[in-house]
Amino acid sequence: MEIKKFVQDLRVVQNIRLNKRHFILELQSPEKFPLILPGQFVQVLVSNSPSTFLRRPFSIHSVDYANNSLRLLVQIKGEGTLHLSKLHDGDSLNVIYPLGNSFSLPATRDVLLVGGGAGVAPLLFMAKLLNQDHIHPTILLGFRTKEEVSEIEEYSKYGTVLVTTDDGSAGEKGLVTDHPVLKGERPAFRKIYCCGPEPMMKAVAKIATMHQIECEVSLENTMACGFGVCLCCITPTDKGNERVCVEGPVFNVNRLNWGQEEK
Amino acid sequence: MSDLSVNIAGLTFKNPVTTASGTFGYGEEFREFFDPGELGGIFVKAVTGKNRDGNAYPRMAETPSGMLNSVGLQNKGIDHFCREIYPKIKDFDTRVIVNVSGSTIEEYVEVAERINELENIPSIELNISCPNVKLGGMAFGTVPAMATEVTAAVRKVYKKVLMVKLSPNVTSITELAKAVADGGADAITLINTLLGMAIDAERRRPVLSTITGGLSGPAIKPVALRMVWQVHKAVNLPIVGLGGIMNATDAIEFILAGASVIQVGTANFIDPMVSVNIVRGIEDYMKRHNVGAITELVGALRTD
Repeated sequence: MEIKKFVQDLRVVQNIRLNKRHFILELQSPEKFPLILPGQFVQVLVSNSPSTFLRRPFSIHSVDYANNSLRLLVQIKGEGTLHLSKLHDGDSLNVIYPLGNSFSLPATRDVLLVGGGAGVAPLLFMAKLLNQDHIHPTILLGFRTKEEVSEIEEYSKYGTVLVTTDDGSAGEKGLVTDHPVLKGERPAFRKIYCCGPEPMMKAVAKIATMHQIECEVSLENTMACGFGVCLCCITPTDKGNERVCVEGPVFNVNRLNWGQEEK
Repeated sequence: MSDLSVNIAGLTFKNPVTTASGTFGYGEEFREFFDPGELGGIFVKAVTGKNRDGNAYPRMAETPSGMLNSVGLQNKGIDHFCREIYPKIKDFDTRVIVNVSGSTIEEYVEVAERINELENIPSIELNISCPNVKLGGMAFGTVPAMATEVTAAVRKVYKKVLMVKLSPNVTSITELAKAVADGGADAITLINTLLGMAIDAERRRPVLSTITGGLSGPAIKPVALRMVWQVHKAVNLPIVGLGGIMNATDAIEFILAGASVIQVGTANFIDPMVSVNIVRGIEDYMKRHNVGAITELVGALRTD
């Protein structure tokens, strides 16, 4: 019998505060990691509070196989993530991983990665993988304000980074879809990978569809289990209701009925 | 060596720990974590006559010590089950029991008849208690005369062990238990989810697309224990107990209240290994309390 998923106590080795709302948790496994791919996620147990009954899903931000450690980029949204923000080196965290599918590899070198908020998490991991194929993507990151702009140096190792902020305090003012690389008459990309708030992903998907650019998005539907049994995180696709946690979280936008909604 | 085996209407289980319908898929997903053969049985996802897409997203709301769901019996129907699912699960080294749902008595009967033909499915669990479907579902489980009628109709065509899963959304659970006993049930499963709702105050909207949904998890355990106890005293049928079981102690509590078999439900979402750990925990409890056979504990609650 093949055991593909793990339920493990991982050790917190770093908790790096990026800004008021975001932090990075680095978790280390006592055992050798299985293969983990960009787009996959983990389910984290936040124990000992009745209001954080279910696990919290987080996209994997990066993997270090040499150290058997992975990083999560977390945005403080409620009690669960607030608790995680207070963890220290040496604390233990129960995690189910790796879950879900992954971004597909591009058949082109003209690649754009687009992310907003904590949705940028899997894009760093994807950018690294693309580099292994000698692809240097354009990486467009949207933040609220200058204060939240983070890890630019890290992203810059793997591609050309462009930034937008809602208030214009850094980079271009506005949403990612207001940036000239997407707003222009003919965006110079053949493949877009996108992750962030759903309205942002829908807006990017619309631009991609209009210009016949292949586009994959990573969905963040609320879920209970994360491994395919509760059927709570479904999204309508060309094959009926599919589970975001198993058939996703990454979907080609052609398969989602987002286009019809906009028309 | 402790004897964990139990028996329901002649059907033996190697241990009393099973998984609740709708929380274990068809067992396939869990094979990535452990061998289902370690469990007493698995109650697989509800099967209806025709394909059901289920309800729209969002279908889930986290609540204090529990969750609400409104999945709405999403499944691909009985034909698909017999053709695609059954071959994959028929050789599991555990009791595989199918949860049967419908919108009409005819649909329940049709599905039960088809499953009666499947050699390695020794039992069905008639779901007359789903709160998330518009027609049928819970309606059959809240009106005693209807509960008797649907149970009796299925009893006529179903020759193996017939369990009926009751809804807690009733004034008198014993009345419903008696109603399905009158209809010819071999065992009673209780409880299904409690009807509830969650509201997003910021958006001034319900969290679920269906407004209301079914509450599960430890939040409902005291209600479930009370109902298992009441039915155990009132009706002479074996009980399959569930509702918020998270660990072996919870499982023992249900057994003491009168359950012969227990189901682990929502806990599977949080810890996919939990049901196997509960089997081990029950063994530990039996050793600590010098209990030779688990059946000694069924309904052994002392109230003197």
